[in-house]
Amino acid sequence: MKTIAEINQKIKKGEVVVVTAEEIIDLVEKKGLKKAAQEVDVVTTGTFGPMCSSGAYFNIGHSKPKIKIGGGACRLNDVPVYTGFAAMDIYLGATALPDDDPLNKVYPGEFRYGGGHVIQELLEGKDIRLEATAYGTDCYPRKKLDTYISLKDLNEAVLFNLRNCYQNYNVAVNLSDRILYTYMGVLKPNCGNANYCSAGQLSPLLNDPYYKTIGIGTRIFLGGGIGYVAWQGTQHNPNVKRKDNGVPFAPGGTLAVIGDLKQMESQWLRGTSMLGYGVTLSVGIGVPIPVLNEEIAQFCAVKDEEIYAYIIDYSQAYPQGMPGTLGEVNYKQLKSGKINLQGKEISTGALSSYSKAKEIAEELKSWIKKGDFLLSDPVAPLPGVESGYSFKPLKERLIK
Amino acid sequence: MITKRIVLHFPQRLVDKPIVYKLIRDFNLEFNILKAYVTPQEEGLMVLELKGKDEDYQKGIKYLESSGVKIQPLSEDIIRNETKCTHCGVCVPICPTQALAVDLITRKVNFYDTKCIACEVCIKACPTHAMEVHF
Repeated sequence: MKTIAEINQKIKKGEVVVVTAEEIIDLVEKKGLKKAAQEVDVVTTGTFGPMCSSGAYFNIGHSKPKIKIGGGACRLNDVPVYTGFAAMDIYLGATALPDDDPLNKVYPGEFRYGGGHVIQELLEGKDIRLEATAYGTDCYPRKKLDTYISLKDLNEAVLFNLRNCYQNYNVAVNLSDRILYTYMGVLKPNCGNANYCSAGQLSPLLNDPYYKTIGIGTRIFLGGGIGYVAWQGTQHNPNVKRKDNGVPFAPGGTLAVIGDLKQMESQWLRGTSMLGYGVTLSVGIGVPIPVLNEEIAQFCAVKDEEIYAYIIDYSQAYPQGMPGTLGEVNYKQLKSGKINLQGKEISTGALSSYSKAKEIAEELKSWIKKGDFLLSDPVAPLPGVESGYSFKPLKERLIK
Repeated sequence: MITKRIVLHFPQRLVDKPIVYKLIRDFNLEFNILKAYVTPQEEGLMVLELKGKDEDYQKGIKYLESSGVKIQPLSEDIIRNETKCTHCGVCVPICPTQALAVDLITRKVNFYDTKCIACEVCIKACPTHAMEVHF
C-alpha cells in the first residue's frame, strides 16, 4: 500500500519508478502482480484522437474605445465563436465552421477549416483575424472591431473540453450498399471496413475502469502542457455493461478537462477534418495512475485482448438510435488489421493514433521522472457504477 | 521485364493524337491505364503502368518525350506530409492497393509509394490533410 503523498516524495527525491501502461503488462507477467505493485509507483497512460466536445475560451483585452463583444457577433478567421459572456470573453468550439463553408451541399463536404484548425494555428504562433460587431452601449460605444490576435497577446487562453477521453468506443461498420461518410471515417458498403477509436491498453480510463484514482482535480498531460480533470465529461455513463475485469464494452466514462492553452503544442492539438461530417480537434491526453495497491496494478496491466468493444452498424442502428450490436471484438483483433464478422474478413482502420498515445505516455513518464510533474489527490471522485449516474436519451415533447 | 508507374502530361496539341497506342504497336509494351483526364485547359494527364523489356521501355519513353509528352515517375506525385500525419490509420482500409499499411510493431502507418496508383481516395479522407497530390 502506498499513498500519493509518498509517491510525490519519491518523485522529488528522484527515486520514483514509472512505467507506461504498455510496460506494466510485461512487468506483471514476468514478476507477478505483488512484486510489480510494490516496485512500480506510477503507470502513465495516453490517448490521441478526435474529440469533438473540445474548445477554448479567451479574454482578448479591451480595445480603445471599448466594445462589448458579449451579446454581439465575433469570428476568428471567419469561424464564429460564442459571445454570450462579458465584454471581451469568447469561447471557440472545435467543430465551429465558417458561415460560407459549403458544408454537405457538395456531398461529401470536405470541411477543410474550422474551430479545431484555429486552435492549432494559434499554437503555431500564427496571427488570427478577429472580426466583431456589437450593438453599442454608453459604456461600450464601439460597434465594430477588425484586428489580428495571437496567442501570446491574449490575457487568458484556456483549453476547456467538455468531453474527452472516452472509456472505450464503438467499432463502426456499414451494412448498407452505399458508402457512408461518418465521424468514424469513411465506411465502405457491405461491411467493407471496420473503424475503431481507442488507444485500448494505453487509454486512461481503460486502465482505471472504476475511477479509483482518476477524479476531479487529477493533474494530467493535456495537449503537451499541464491540465486538470475538471469534472466528469458530458455523457459520462458508468453504468454500461462491463466484463469481469471491469472494462466496459460500450462507451462508458468520460472526462471534462481544462488547462492553459499557452503551455500547449500544436503537435498534440490538431485541427481535424472528417470528410462528409465536419471539423473537430484531435487531442492528446495522458493521465498518470498512482499504483496505490495490487488491485490498481491489476487494472493497469489490462491488455488489448482483454478489452472488448461492440460492433455497431452506422447505416441504421447508430443514426436511428436503435439498440443492438453485431457482436464484440477485442483490440488485439482490431489492431491485427483484420476482424471476422459474420464469416467475412474485414479490414480495420483507427481514428485514434496508438503511436501518438505511446509517445504521450512516454513523455509524461519522463516529466514525472525528472521531477517536473507531481501527482495530485483528486478533490472529489467521478460518479461511479454505484452512483446511479447515467446517460439518458432526449425525451422529445410536443410543442403546444 | 520491368514494371514502372509513370505520369504523362500531354500538351493541348497532343490531346487528340493516338500516342499511347504506339507503345504497344511499335515498342511491345504492355500498359494499364490507372487514371486519365483532360483538364479544362485541354491538357491531358494520364497515369500509366508500363511493363516490358528494359530496352523497349527506354525506347518507348524516348518516343513519348520526343513527341512532346512530359514524364514524371508516379512516386513523386502523391506525397505524404510527414509533419501532418498523426499515424491514426483511418486511411488504411480505404486504400485499394495497400500502399498505406500499419507497421504492426511501431503502430505507425507506412506509405509505400511504389504501390500507390494515385486514385486519390486518401487525399480527402485524411483527417489532417497529410496526403498531398502534386500533379
